[in-house]
Amino acid sequence: MNIKRVACGLCAAMMLAAVATGCGSSTSSAAASSESAAASSASGLNGTVATGGSTSMEKVMSALQEAYAEKEPDVTVTYDPTGSGAGITGATDKTLDIGLSSRKLKDGETGVTATTIALDGIAIIVNNTNPVQDLTIDQIAKIATGEVTNWKDVGGEDAPIVLIGREAGSGTRDGFESIVGVADKCQYAQELTSTGAVITGVAANNGAIGYASLSALKDTVKAVTVEGVACTEETVLDGTYKIQRPFNFVTNDSVTPSDAVQSFIDFATSAEAADLIRAAGAVPMA
Amino acid sequence: MKKKANVRDLVELVMNGVFFLMGMTAIAFVALITVYMFVSGLPAIAKIGPVDFLLGRTWASTAAQPSYGILPFILTSFFGTLGAVLIGIPVGLLTSVFLSKIASPRMAALVSSAVELLAGIPSVIYGLIGMVVLVPAVASVFGLASGACMLTAILVLAVMILPSIISVSVTALNAVPKEYEEASLALGATKIETYFKVSLPAAKSGIAAGIVLGVGRAMGEAMAIMMVAGNVANMPGLFKSVRFLTTAIASEMSYASGLQRQALFSIALVLFVFIMLLNALLNRILKGGSEDEH
Repeated sequence: MNIKRVACGLCAAMMLAAVATGCGSSTSSAAASSESAAASSASGLNGTVATGGSTSMEKVMSALQEAYAEKEPDVTVTYDPTGSGAGITGATDKTLDIGLSSRKLKDGETGVTATTIALDGIAIIVNNTNPVQDLTIDQIAKIATGEVTNWKDVGGEDAPIVLIGREAGSGTRDGFESIVGVADKCQYAQELTSTGAVITGVAANNGAIGYASLSALKDTVKAVTVEGVACTEETVLDGTYKIQRPFNFVTNDSVTPSDAVQSFIDFATSAEAADLIRAAGAVPMA
Repeated sequence: MKKKANVRDLVELVMNGVFFLMGMTAIAFVALITVYMFVSGLPAIAKIGPVDFLLGRTWASTAAQPSYGILPFILTSFFGTLGAVLIGIPVGLLTSVFLSKIASPRMAALVSSAVELLAGIPSVIYGLIGMVVLVPAVASVFGLASGACMLTAILVLAVMILPSIISVSVTALNAVPKEYEEASLALGATKIETYFKVSLPAAKSGIAAGIVLGVGRAMGEAMAIMMVAGNVANMPGLFKSVRFLTTAIASEMSYASGLQRQALFSIALVLFVFIMLLNALLNRILKGGSEDEH
């Protein structure tokens, strides 16, 4: 019994020690291996590209990261989803090589340049049972601010309107509110924390209206046309669909991008990446 | 023989050390979390002002003119928890009496395993079912435009706190000495009278502990109510879309930055203090209970 106990104690101690040292040693070996790989790279391109910002760009970024890793295995592209504001700040204070922003730069945000790599349409979604087919931006704004509270005022049935949106800080919410011109004035009935939750919420409520990325649209809800234009890839790209926003790479003007950073930007804007961006649900520029 | 004794002493000593270290890790984590909460939570309170923060009625963290008043969240958490407890206590207590005194052993085993299952269901599943089933049901029963409101959250919370109330109460009721009940029955009281006038009062400190545990669970729950409460920072109302202290943190944390982020830590601090007070209360009740018995 005693020996067993000692053994247990020792085992536990050794495991703890192994865990403690394991962490340290694994990182150092990974670093060593990446260095040696870098030395043997054919193109000679290596280093890291630190990106971060818009959470709405996550799908696009992970598609780009994955494809770029195959092309340039020695360049590490990191992505930190912190929100558009943080992405632009990161580019401004040079903590990020590329800040990601799913909105245009504001007037106060100087010293940085935005390169649009893709466009994202924000679809206005209603319940499948809702007879309303089309809304104008003005009607949407009035619904959002609570000025219009019944569907019969915008050509629908006599039923209360339930506005379902995203939480404060969400890129989609910011995009919707700034494009429709209702920033900070929305009278939400529900604020949900993901696009999927908004779609589920709209699907579950006959009187609901919400917004979601074009890429996330499902059959469970109906996207209305905005001023007669349906939300599709073509209408977003030619600018006729009004509720859309850019996916931007924000770079600092006073920094000359390293070869790795420039190569990644070139890749993201290439025709090669267009299919990846489209598969990720956004509309490529190239 | 002597050598063996030495080895044994050594083992005892080493294992004592190991146990001591393990015990210390728990304390270290509590201390770390407490210090961290205060360090990260206080700056924003100082910047916003304690009165504006705790008693402000508007929360608009990303507005051009941001305001950080968390009174709606505090009141929502208070009334939401109160509502859940008001529903949970009668159901929980009667279930406990049934399990402990009335049910046949087979029935009791069946019901208690169901209650245990209830405790094991992840909160996100409560939320999902609440969102897809309860929210539309509440909307149609009460004729609301949107069923995502405080009432729905209360209903979900009431179910979620049942296991805490029931399991602790059953243990307390089972511990009531048989003689008490036999004496009561011998004096001519009916079984029901005995349960409510003898057994329940005798088990009151354990039951109170179960209730406080339930309150703690309701207070700290985030995931499930985030999916059913609507999450709009309104002042509380039964049929209004509301945001709790927990959901205020959870819903904005992923995108927050600057003062907004700091203010979320401050909300966490407020929640932390509430939970600590509840725990202190729980300890007092349990202590008081054991003194009664001696």
